[in-house]
Amino acid sequence: MASVEEHLATLQLTRSQVDAMCAHAIAGRPNEACGLLAGEAGRVETVYALTNVDASPASYLVDSHEQFETFREVEAQGLEIVGCFHSHVGSEAYPSHTDVSRAFYPEWVYAIVSLRGEEPVLRAFRIRDGDVTEVRVDVVD
Amino acid sequence: MPVEVRLPTVLRQYADGATAVGAEGTTVGEVLTDLSARYPGIAEQLAVGASTDIPRFVNVYLNDEDIRYLDRLETKVGEADVISIMPAVSGGR
Repeated sequence: MASVEEHLATLQLTRSQVDAMCAHAIAGRPNEACGLLAGEAGRVETVYALTNVDASPASYLVDSHEQFETFREVEAQGLEIVGCFHSHVGSEAYPSHTDVSRAFYPEWVYAIVSLRGEEPVLRAFRIRDGDVTEVRVDVVD
Repeated sequence: MPVEVRLPTVLRQYADGATAVGAEGTTVGEVLTDLSARYPGIAEQLAVGASTDIPRFVNVYLNDEDIRYLDRLETKVGEADVISIMPAVSGGR
């Protein structure tokens, strides 16, 4: 059984989950897209593609109703929110100053899909007290 | 009768680790002000009292409704109601 620290250092997803996050990011262009990741112990069970109410290429804010409903649904399933994701439409997949300053969930993984290049790039991070630590993305088939 | 206030993980450290606490008031604003008086650490994080509105990146729900779509901090609460505080999920490039 993996240790807690290993769980914190890895985000495990399936290829189809990664594809769903990238598809949501692409569908959201030119604006940033966002969503939540539910699962347990760093392993994603469900990708929730949600609404960016900012509708902006420069920022995202998850719709508050959808956030509440997702939290409730995930809790009812006995799972937890393991993280969130959003897209950077023209910049690299690394947390911006704004991302860091608004990272209010220290236990989460913050995944970012960059659409800057020809192919989407997915990276993931922990953001705690302003410190950014990259998390390994483990894609399983 | 106190109203139940559910706290997000990030605020529990200021309430001895509790997932939910009780606070008094007849409106959401009054309950949050009482909550802030009981738990100064939460007051600092939410900045309720210093402001007359909901902090920008904090969602406050009365039962399952965002109070921004009700009467904001003036929203009436009863003893059977549950207030949930959830930091917004937000960022930008």
